[in-house]
Amino acid sequence: MRPFTYTKAATAADAVGAMAAAGPGARFLAGGTTLYDLIKLNVETPSAIIDINSLAELDGFDTSGSNELVFGALARMSDVAADERLMRDYPALLESLWMAASPQLRNMASLGGNLLQRTRCGYFRGGEPFACNKRKPGSGCAAREGINRGHALLGGSESCIAVYPGDWAIALSAFDAKVDVLGPTGERTIALEDLYREPGTTPQIETALDSTELILRIRVPATPLGRASTYHKIRDRESFAFALASAAVALQMDADMVRDVRIAVGGVATTPRRARRAEETLVGQPLTARTARAAGEAALHGAMPSAANRFRIELGVRTVADALMIARQRACRR
Amino acid sequence: MTDPGDLVARALAILTEEAGTWRARQAAAPMLPAAGGTKPEPGTGGDPAHVVSVRLTVNGTSHTLSIDARCSLLDVLRERLALTGAKKGCDHGQCGACTVHLDGRSVLSCLTPAVHADGRQATTIEGLSPPAGDMHPMQQAFIDHDGLQCGYCTPGQIMAAVACVNEGHATSQAQIREYMSGNICRCGAYAGIVAAIQDAAPKMAGA
Repeated sequence: MRPFTYTKAATAADAVGAMAAAGPGARFLAGGTTLYDLIKLNVETPSAIIDINSLAELDGFDTSGSNELVFGALARMSDVAADERLMRDYPALLESLWMAASPQLRNMASLGGNLLQRTRCGYFRGGEPFACNKRKPGSGCAAREGINRGHALLGGSESCIAVYPGDWAIALSAFDAKVDVLGPTGERTIALEDLYREPGTTPQIETALDSTELILRIRVPATPLGRASTYHKIRDRESFAFALASAAVALQMDADMVRDVRIAVGGVATTPRRARRAEETLVGQPLTARTARAAGEAALHGAMPSAANRFRIELGVRTVADALMIARQRACRR
Repeated sequence: MTDPGDLVARALAILTEEAGTWRARQAAAPMLPAAGGTKPEPGTGGDPAHVVSVRLTVNGTSHTLSIDARCSLLDVLRERLALTGAKKGCDHGQCGACTVHLDGRSVLSCLTPAVHADGRQATTIEGLSPPAGDMHPMQQAFIDHDGLQCGYCTPGQIMAAVACVNEGHATSQAQIREYMSGNICRCGAYAGIVAAIQDAAPKMAGA
């Protein structure tokens, strides 16, 4: 572990100022569950750490608004995962939080930091002996011919097939969330879908954020679709595991017909992925096992499997189809 | 035939005694030197460590320490305060052996930079029950239900179990399994652990 200087910021503006002054190589520290782990692995080697945990302005959340839900970047996953209004009106958001990680990690990890969680690709985390274009641009991608059971089916490139590992961002993308960020020149808003970059030839660039920009809050437009929503996560063990495939679905039915639907898939792609083509196949149609499966196939359309992960195409299709059926049950109950 | 519960109690007694000796030895000659020395570590590019001052309250006792900013809470507990109950299993947040409470909530001390704990209250397994009094109901229940074999994960399991009950998640076996999923037991004592938590939960409410 390389030494770093440590600064505790008192306000968001201070934090951004300190980051601009520290220059490249500095990192904001929130819950630390990703960053500090990667520092220990020498995958992250920051020269300076700017601790934002004292920024009380960022640690609240409000799910009572009639126009939008607002989540401060420092709100802890466990606090939000216990919110009763979310449980009733947006179960997909709630489930994406409590199905993630372990209770201890959810007590530690922040909602803003969770969005920027780094991939679990073993060659990225494994460090020097392995080629990884994300960790060391130009070194190659050991995963393409290596152990790639958990790697991406969608959005990958010759350079990188690392999966985006988070759950929360998948659910957020189904709900058209936005992210407010603060930089040296002021605040701006980025649609969650535009926050993430597919790897292309530059897998080291993962987001649209400038290195000095700090996530302040996440905003979700209020929608009646939230009530009949679900986050369906399939993994190797029942808890404390990353998704092999997941789907966030929100549904509004008109008798037996789909009036409106949102679908996003996780665990199978290099970024959180809204499945608009899958949504289009369903609107105005009855929701049956057959149409649900067709939507799943549309969501996984264009999948490019590696040697060990072809089975996850079918798994992804069925995950989307099952999520639609769970959401339909919730729609009927209400 | 020796009762297995007795064996566990004897093992715990020996471990407690050894921890006492270790604590005395640490106080005389700490393994991790107090930061302030600027000797660069190998592989650090020769940069000196950044030393910061933190005030931690651990098991009710306040400590002001100068530490390397890189130190984890786990390393500070074990190497500076000689509280070796919290264990270093994976050191990457995947096993739960280092679980402690910070301001009453379970956290992984290996992934908690010690600077995060500045000004906060930490509780470790050593602070769960008074040294001379009865064991905490959860500790007793782990013995009664064979919630351990080798015991390495046990301090973390017990701290996670106490948090599971305190946070209201010990209402069913399924809930307990979910809220204990961050703690791995390589010996596979899971059935005993779930039984221990179900036994201890009502006793904790009454305590």
